[in-house]
Amino acid sequence: MSAGQPIKPISPERRPAPFLGPGHTFATVTDKISAIVLSRPTALGWLLGFGISFSIVMVLFGSLAYLFAKGVGIWGINIPVGWGFAIVNFVWWIGIGHAGTLISAILLLLNQQWRTSINRFAEAMTLFAVACAGIFPLIHTGRPWYAFWMFPYPNTMGIWPQFRSPLIWDVFAVSTYFTVSLMFWFIGLLPDLATLRDRTTSRAKQFIYGMLAMGWRGSARHWQRYQMAYLLLAGLATPLVVSVHTVVSFDFAVAIVPGWHTTIFPPYFVAGAIYSGFAMVLTIAIPLRAVYGLEDFITMRHLDNMAKVMLATGLIVAYGYFMEFFMAFYSGNRFELALVGNRLGGPCRYVFYSLILCNILVPQLLWFRKVRHNVLALFLLSLVINVGMWLERFVIIVVSLTRDFMTSAWGMYRPTFWDWSTFLGTLGLFTMFVYLFIRFLPVISIAEMRELVAQTSEEGK
Amino acid sequence: MSEHRPRAYGILAEFESPERLLAAVEQTRAEGYRQINAYTPFPVEGLPEALGFRRTSVPLITLIGGVLGALGGFFMQYWMAVISFPENFGGRPLNSWPAFIPVTFEMTVLSASIFAVVGMLALNKLPMPHHPLFNAPRFALASRDRFFLCIGAQDPKFDRERTAQFLWTLGAHDVTEVEDA
Repeated sequence: MSAGQPIKPISPERRPAPFLGPGHTFATVTDKISAIVLSRPTALGWLLGFGISFSIVMVLFGSLAYLFAKGVGIWGINIPVGWGFAIVNFVWWIGIGHAGTLISAILLLLNQQWRTSINRFAEAMTLFAVACAGIFPLIHTGRPWYAFWMFPYPNTMGIWPQFRSPLIWDVFAVSTYFTVSLMFWFIGLLPDLATLRDRTTSRAKQFIYGMLAMGWRGSARHWQRYQMAYLLLAGLATPLVVSVHTVVSFDFAVAIVPGWHTTIFPPYFVAGAIYSGFAMVLTIAIPLRAVYGLEDFITMRHLDNMAKVMLATGLIVAYGYFMEFFMAFYSGNRFELALVGNRLGGPCRYVFYSLILCNILVPQLLWFRKVRHNVLALFLLSLVINVGMWLERFVIIVVSLTRDFMTSAWGMYRPTFWDWSTFLGTLGLFTMFVYLFIRFLPVISIAEMRELVAQTSEEGK
Repeated sequence: MSEHRPRAYGILAEFESPERLLAAVEQTRAEGYRQINAYTPFPVEGLPEALGFRRTSVPLITLIGGVLGALGGFFMQYWMAVISFPENFGGRPLNSWPAFIPVTFEMTVLSASIFAVVGMLALNKLPMPHHPLFNAPRFALASRDRFFLCIGAQDPKFDRERTAQFLWTLGAHDVTEVEDA
């Protein structure tokens, strides 16, 4: 990284807070992170949390079983609101996933050291969120057992998917996103799996981690190819993550429904995705560092940086809302104007007001350094933003659909018990995966932390 | 080569820091050894160059994957929409190529990524759950905080005694022979 030019030393008081607590060596970071998986006894709190999540997953299975038996009529959807909670939840979950890829890929390319201790669980969060997201388009098709028809496979019907439709683009975008995220995550895990294999004393764990580590032994030749592949994957994942939420926004923007048919959707969806994703990273990181004593690794500076990213993307989202309204008045299009009226004064107006409160007004507190350095305040804010982003998708999807061009075709949407139970169920699925991940895999990339130790000790010299 | 009975894989020297390893690698190369490899808990900058490794072909493999994905993705859609199942949808041209771009893009990324990962693993000859180096008792530290240098028994200059003594002179913390099993 050193290019050979002389760099003036920064005076110690002007130096920003470090990304790593003091006094750490290769051995201490390795031991501390691997101990969470290997030697720490299963805590009662973990069992309780996992048990609750698992019970909620049973709610999901129950809801899905009832759905498959009865059909989508158990939900609150109707005509005109054919896309209810299922698509709201889909867009919300997939957006949450985006922060993981952003942290692991884009911040890697930008050479941001602070990604190191948060990228592993942010990537895991991506996978789990995309898994939750993937359930919804599948089940909202009504006959999910025919979902494979969306893939181009040679069939006896002699027909092919309609590649001019954003819904098919979505199939390709989401499945590519999941596959690439999974590979990125697994490749990142390889050296750490080898560490776990070498550190455990249990035969069973040696075997399981050994098989997963594929015989990784830290050969310099391997590292060379590994780093190159990892960098290339990051380069590929960067446009991919932007494309995924762009394609998701095309699901709406290509349609002519007022409130959907806008060119600002792709950038504003991507910004919203990163906004909600960082909120979810904070929602997980703050309890995680407190429970497992990882304050040395996930420092206040990490939380501060994430809060700043949220503030910036939140402002882009606010600009998106503003532009939607501005374009309605600027164009003078009567249907767009009616939509503004519907959002501000329609039957769902309180949803819109809550959205503005959660996504725009309350997050302005992040301007204050005091708030960004208050862990509890950040945690609460992250929850507020998560709620706000869910409401945003509700406003875009449901509120737009209830009232389109002809008053005779207007309708109303009320979610049923099954809408809520399915959504709650995926929350349980997500937290269950997170609990399993924390227990069985290193939550922080050990190899990258050792690299960080090497870099920071060089800087200290 | 030498006539010792348990066939040796090589001689393994343990170092305590990446700087010492790098210095040792340079001296080993200067001494004329060529069958050498290093094992580290994280990628050490400058180490592949010090060991005399050439650039990897992972980028080329990834590029090939990307090109194949792009062509395959686009012409899959072209073939399906124009040749196999030509159908007039709302008067659009059969080859409505702008609408085919998103899927083409996704296929490009997917294919390039798979090529990058599988190519990297294949070049590294992974998975390989067992390797002679795992016989060395202290080698487990290569995934914690120790840095290893191995001179292979295939090296023309390899001599059990002399190579081991040479490695001791480089400031190794420990030197052991690794059996080929």
